[in-house]
Amino acid sequence: MVTRPLVLGAVAYDAKVVTIWEGFRRYFLARDLPFDFVLYSHYERQVEALVGGQIDVAWNSPLAWVRTRRLAPLARAVAMRDTDRDLTSVVVVRADSPVRTPAELAGRAVGTGAVDSPQGTLLPLALLADTPVEVRRFEVGVGLHGDHVGGERDAARALAAGAVEAACMLDANHLLFSKEGTLPPGGTRVVAVTPHFDHCNFSVVADHDALDRFVTLLLAMDYADPATRPLMDLEGLTAWLPGRTDGYDQLEAAVDRFGFYGPAGEVAAAGYRP
Amino acid sequence: MDGHPPGTAEVDLGPLGLDGGGHLLVARALAPLPPGGRLRVTGSDGHLGVHLQAWARRRGHGVEGTTVVRGAADRQRLAGAVRAGEPGAVAGRADATWGLAARGALVEAGAPPLAGADLDERAVVWTELAPKLYAQAAAGQWDPATAIDWDPPALPGEVEAAVVQVMTYLVENEQAALAVPARFLGRIHPHFREVVQFLATQVADEARHVEVFTRRALLCGGELGISGAGGRASLQTLLDEPDWPTASFLLSALGEGTFLSLLSFLERRAPDPVTARIARLALQDEARHVAFAMGHLGEHLRAAPGLRSRLRAAVLRRHDALASTAGLADSVDDALVVLAAGAFTPAAIGAGWRRVRQLEVEMDEARRRRLVRLGFADAEATELSALHTRNFM
Ligand SMILES: [Fe+2]
Ligand SMILES: [Fe+2]
Repeated sequence: MVTRPLVLGAVAYDAKVVTIWEGFRRYFLARDLPFDFVLYSHYERQVEALVGGQIDVAWNSPLAWVRTRRLAPLARAVAMRDTDRDLTSVVVVRADSPVRTPAELAGRAVGTGAVDSPQGTLLPLALLADTPVEVRRFEVGVGLHGDHVGGERDAARALAAGAVEAACMLDANHLLFSKEGTLPPGGTRVVAVTPHFDHCNFSVVADHDALDRFVTLLLAMDYADPATRPLMDLEGLTAWLPGRTDGYDQLEAAVDRFGFYGPAGEVAAAGYRP
Repeated sequence: MDGHPPGTAEVDLGPLGLDGGGHLLVARALAPLPPGGRLRVTGSDGHLGVHLQAWARRRGHGVEGTTVVRGAADRQRLAGAVRAGEPGAVAGRADATWGLAARGALVEAGAPPLAGADLDERAVVWTELAPKLYAQAAAGQWDPATAIDWDPPALPGEVEAAVVQVMTYLVENEQAALAVPARFLGRIHPHFREVVQFLATQVADEARHVEVFTRRALLCGGELGISGAGGRASLQTLLDEPDWPTASFLLSALGEGTFLSLLSFLERRAPDPVTARIARLALQDEARHVAFAMGHLGEHLRAAPGLRSRLRAAVLRRHDALASTAGLADSVDDALVVLAAGAFTPAAIGAGWRRVRQLEVEMDEARRRRLVRLGFADAEATELSALHTRNFM
């Protein structure tokens, strides 16, 4: 009997996604794993397809994982990138700002990424949840759960221009914006850092004959192999690791706090139109 | 050594941040550590902790506070890397996976192989003369704006018209001499750097020749001359030749070789100093082009004597293809006579005529000499020289 191909869903947040999954598909097919992929325009559609059984695995954002687990409590995270573990986000002000603590941002404008960005919006804003700040969201790539860096970059630009008092962003993006000059090097100061959190994972809700083989092959992908290294570089990792789910508690709490999803996974955020 | 336990180290960045180049110091300190080795990073930059974990994570290193736990990704990246030959030696065959890398560079595996550079064998493209001839070419580049005194000469109308006709002919030949090496340039594996560099100078030389001959043609304000169909048919057969040694043989050993005689004749017989000067300058360049072709064809023929029959067949094929064409247009032949005569008297024209016939004898002798140097027997050299295109190039 021919095994039904394992079908993976991914969100097309950038044209390179096609290159990546075409390449991974070749990698799996060459190792006798029947494998197909389907691209989605945003994460909500992908999560619904996963829960509805149209795909077997979803390459999920952390927020998509949170919703998947609410819709399907038995969902599992089977693998993730080494670069998906132990991230932080920061709230930064200009170096000469009078603001020294998060509480001093009360009544001031804070720039964030898109409404659905974990690292650019939900997680850093949770640090300020008890402070009445004026949130200024930079909505780039809504529905992509922050995969598009544009919202965070626009918030950084607004900070540099003095249009907001503080801006929220991923640690790596703060480094990137400082190096590329979007933020003046040494011209900003961190006033709050989130605890470590985890990012994307491969989520499954139902079993598939080939799932173990998929995970085994994924974890066997070798950064020393010149045939797969370019794909790993494109996808931004040096090794695949087993999935773990204890790095999402912060985001679960933020989702509840801001009412982004309801307890049963319904989309509840006001004005969120992916 | 530094008082650190084995496999650990420490680096102080002072005030330098990772957004200001600090990662170079961190990477340098990590490099000698084994995977799993620990590097304590200190410094006063306010973003050190935040940036260090972001930088390290992306490169496969772990981070505990401000201690980096060395990963292996940088070593894995170069696991299958090979050297693209040696900087001072030319390989027998250049690998497509070396791509455009400098000769001797450490080539990270994984990029697509170099496409289109099918001329990758030393025996086919290389000559020991290439480095020296390239150096000569680089040193011998001249500026048409300053190397020539462009004062318009005042020649009799018919003599000026003859000069213009010869220039018109030269320009289209120079265009062919530019296009042929240009077409092969991209097909030669860049491992044979000096060959590629030499051909690039050859193309640039021909570009200057096109310029100066055009400029001389227009110098006195007249119209350009005739481009004969037979001449262009002859040049087209050069452009059509897909085989590098054959194209180089037909263009440079035979065609440009014949042009050495022609340009020398123009220098000696020119009725005005501008024509003499530009013929002289082009002649120096052409001598290099011929020397290069003789060099690589000679080495190639020693390695593969069977090539000789291929070259012979190409001359016969070209001759047959051009049998029904006129070869050198009457207009060009006549113009050479008038140019060499310098005046329209019977005595001058008669002298010009004899000089051009003598030129053709010199061309034939020089071609035969080159063919013999390439290992053709005397009789074969005589036969092939006679079959060379009447268009000279
Ligand atoms: Fe030339
Ligand atoms: Fe030439």
